[in-house]
Amino acid sequence: MSTRRFFAVALVVSLLVAGVASYYASSHPDGLEHVAEQTGFIDAAEDSATADSPLADYQTTGIDDARISGGLAGVIGVVVMLVLSTGLFWLVRRREPRGDDSGAEADQHVQSEA
Amino acid sequence: MHVPDGFLDAPTSVATGAVAAAAVAVSLRGARRELDDRTAPMAGLVATFVFAAQMINFPVGAGTSGHLMGGALAAVLVGPWTAVLCLSVVLVVQALLMADGGITALGTNITLIGIVTVAVGWAVFVLLRRVLPKRIGMVAPAAAVAAFVSVPVAALVFTALFTVGGNISVDLGAVLTAMLGWHTVIGIGEALITGLVVASVVATRPDLVHGAGPLLQERELELRTGVTQ
Repeated sequence: MSTRRFFAVALVVSLLVAGVASYYASSHPDGLEHVAEQTGFIDAAEDSATADSPLADYQTTGIDDARISGGLAGVIGVVVMLVLSTGLFWLVRRREPRGDDSGAEADQHVQSEA
Repeated sequence: MHVPDGFLDAPTSVATGAVAAAAVAVSLRGARRELDDRTAPMAGLVATFVFAAQMINFPVGAGTSGHLMGGALAAVLVGPWTAVLCLSVVLVVQALLMADGGITALGTNITLIGIVTVAVGWAVFVLLRRVLPKRIGMVAPAAAVAAFVSVPVAALVFTALFTVGGNISVDLGAVLTAMLGWHTVIGIGEALITGLVVASVVATRPDLVHGAGPLLQERELELRTGVTQ
């Protein structure tokens, strides 16, 4: 499988997981929340400062259909993640010219960074 | 295991914030050795996939659920330093955009999910890689076991933090037992997902699996000796 194809498949899988499959996720409290309820420290939890954000709790504000509201929040999250993390790792990566890099490709990189 | 604001007191949150900041700073240097033109996009996709996968809570019985943490998965796929950064980006986006995990608890969540699961997952994986047969087929099972171990250890570290800086005093023995018990079960889910994902990548593009590197060189050597005989 070519690298380009592999990355495309990984992105599609992430979009499907966040945008479609997430609707079917369990809505039960997670392990920590459950233990907090069980042992009596759940009341210490405070609302996050971002609790009113338009995507809070993976639901898109203003969209009533739970499937679309959650799916859209997931897709937006995936796009934000892809841009932020790929951008970060692209900046952090090693940049020594490598033997198998073609000159044209290296020139392209220099141009895109300029 | 996203910790909300309010569970831990201010000094503990400041301390975990400092630990998280230091770990991210060190990882930014370490990740340079792991990332190049080919692996940087891979790392971006691994972080994105972990974000997506964390949306899928799976039931673990008695009205409880769990989801992938992804520290061991990311460490095996893109290397431990890059994995710390992957999980940190996931946790920042979740806290700021989705209100998942507190803001003052961000350092705590990076410590638990970004540092502990990556460190434990990678350590167990490297140990297993050393003792298991040097075959590429061993990568996914080793990653699964590493993932399994990482979850209860993170639960243990949370309990330790709560013992030091919990805002409500409760029976700590009960917290420890319940945290370890539930997260051992959740660890099975973590192991299954990690094993499946790593096996899929190993089957299609083993060269993109950081943790498989030494075994791929080994495999080439075996092939050459086969040819000369």
